[in-house]
Amino acid sequence: MTTLAPPQIRAPKQRSNRRQQTLWTIGLCVLFLAAIILSTWFIGDAGLNPVLAQRNQPPSLAHPFGTDWLGRDMLTRSLHGMSLSLRVGLLAATISALIAALLGLAAGTLGGWVDALICWIIDVCFSLPHLVLLILIAFAVGGGTRGVIIAVALTHWPSLARVIRAEVLQVNSSDYVQLSHRLGRSPAWIARHHMVPHVIPQLLVGLILLFPHAILHEAALSFIGIGISPHLPAIGIILAESMRHLSTGYWWLGVMPGVLLLLSVKAFDWLGENLRALLDPRTSQG
Amino acid sequence: MQLKPILLFFSYKLVRLALLLVAVAVLTFGLMSLSPIDPVRAYVGADMLQISAAQRELIAERWGLDQPMIVRFWDWFGQIVQGNWGTSMVFNQPVLQVIGQRFLVSLQLLAIAWLLSGLLGLVLGVLAGAFEGTWIDRGIRLYAYTLASSPTFWVALLLLIFFSVSLRLTPICCAAPPGVLAQNVTFWQHLHHLLLPALTLSIIGIASIALHTRQKLIDVLHSDYVLFARAQGESLWGILQHHGLRNILLPALTLQFASLSELFGGSVLVEQVFAYPGLGQATVQAALRSDVPLLVGIVFFSALFVYTGNTLADLSYQVIDPRIRIGGRRAA
Repeated sequence: MTTLAPPQIRAPKQRSNRRQQTLWTIGLCVLFLAAIILSTWFIGDAGLNPVLAQRNQPPSLAHPFGTDWLGRDMLTRSLHGMSLSLRVGLLAATISALIAALLGLAAGTLGGWVDALICWIIDVCFSLPHLVLLILIAFAVGGGTRGVIIAVALTHWPSLARVIRAEVLQVNSSDYVQLSHRLGRSPAWIARHHMVPHVIPQLLVGLILLFPHAILHEAALSFIGIGISPHLPAIGIILAESMRHLSTGYWWLGVMPGVLLLLSVKAFDWLGENLRALLDPRTSQG
Repeated sequence: MQLKPILLFFSYKLVRLALLLVAVAVLTFGLMSLSPIDPVRAYVGADMLQISAAQRELIAERWGLDQPMIVRFWDWFGQIVQGNWGTSMVFNQPVLQVIGQRFLVSLQLLAIAWLLSGLLGLVLGVLAGAFEGTWIDRGIRLYAYTLASSPTFWVALLLLIFFSVSLRLTPICCAAPPGVLAQNVTFWQHLHHLLLPALTLSIIGIASIALHTRQKLIDVLHSDYVLFARAQGESLWGILQHHGLRNILLPALTLQFASLSELFGGSVLVEQVFAYPGLGQATVQAALRSDVPLLVGIVFFSALFVYTGNTLADLSYQVIDPRIRIGGRRAA
């Protein structure tokens, strides 16, 4: 009896802590990402100007990320690049999630040949290596920032559309939807009133978990030179430029911007995982 | 008796492959004809200023560019089926020849990376699963999660900085030492240049297989039959050998064959960083220098590559799992 008592007292406290922890993590991730996106307005363009007296300096207190071969502050450049990459990634991933929602809902509710067609398109998309498909689309629409956004938006929806289609099919077979059908509701009405409320949480988490992929693929496309124009300080461009100065031993040009990219991607991952835990009724109270 | 289901299996797979390639053809053709790139301009290049509008129209007419899209598609598709994939403008060789040569170079890289990542991923996954909750498990998970969200080309850059620039252990670029003819490259020089790109590709591929194997092993270790085995005094190694590996191997193999798609994408980036003259680098050059025939050829080839991987996964089930057999009735 006495040995059982302590865990019973401690248990509720731990539970609330887990939930608070989740909320804190979400808050910190959002703050971190917002800080990166908005950082360009605070720090301005001052660090982007060449200062030839301070060329190729390793990381120090004045320049935490070091300076490049023109004396530009790498922290400023990396933040500008990351901000641009995040905004491009956010836009492309949002478009992608919208496509996924539309096609997933259509495939799940309309069924028949629409479902078959959408599933077939998804299969075709999965049959090509993702990067090859990205290169193909970015090339076909003429490259540039627009090309990256279109390519990333058009290639990231299949997996999320599959999830949403499965969710819709599951809801569709439930009793209240069957009843709604018998009452003569149109598929559009059912989609609007029964499907959307179930699908929104899935879509939200799916969208946030799409961001890291979108940002990584945007960086990869810019890195190989098919993406964002080389005049803009995108993170992929900065890393591609650092390639030319590797053999001279300026390691910070490649390492530091990459660390920033890795941290941003991780922040989105944590955000998505914690949001999922919070939105899922099975884990939200645990 | 045994031949018929296997023949059926292969003819089914071939029909699926044909349908897939037709779909890829439609997709590629649609994208290319919607694109703002003018084929005449891409062909003529810098001499565009020297030819008149009438000449341009003549070229367009000669190529059938004035025909409707459906007609052009059938013309093009007919040539593709006959094996005429056009000439690569960048390499000035037939596309099929370029792909063949480049793929042979990439194949060694892909094969080493594929085997290494599979084996290492499996070992790490088993270790993490067997010692769930310990620091070994935590370390492996941290490693896998970090790698899963780090950009491929950045990992390649890091390894290049560390091993090639700082330690000077490995060469900084290419598939052979500079200034040495291709036929004079020794086996060791070749391996030396192959080592770091292959290592990069494999440590990136480890993450997903290690995490999945870990999860699967934990599920197995929490099952009733393992509890029973433990009660009978079976050691951890014995449980892994008799219960763990048999259940882990099938999903791991599926995952590893399915990862061929990501491996191909990864090789594009890694070959770009290491300036390794394989198919991945050719893909980037084709896209950067508007070499449409080569790019289209590579798209087809990569679809074939991924499909082969998935088919091999299907086939490997038959060998590994006696419960799954083609035709399904042979066990009787």
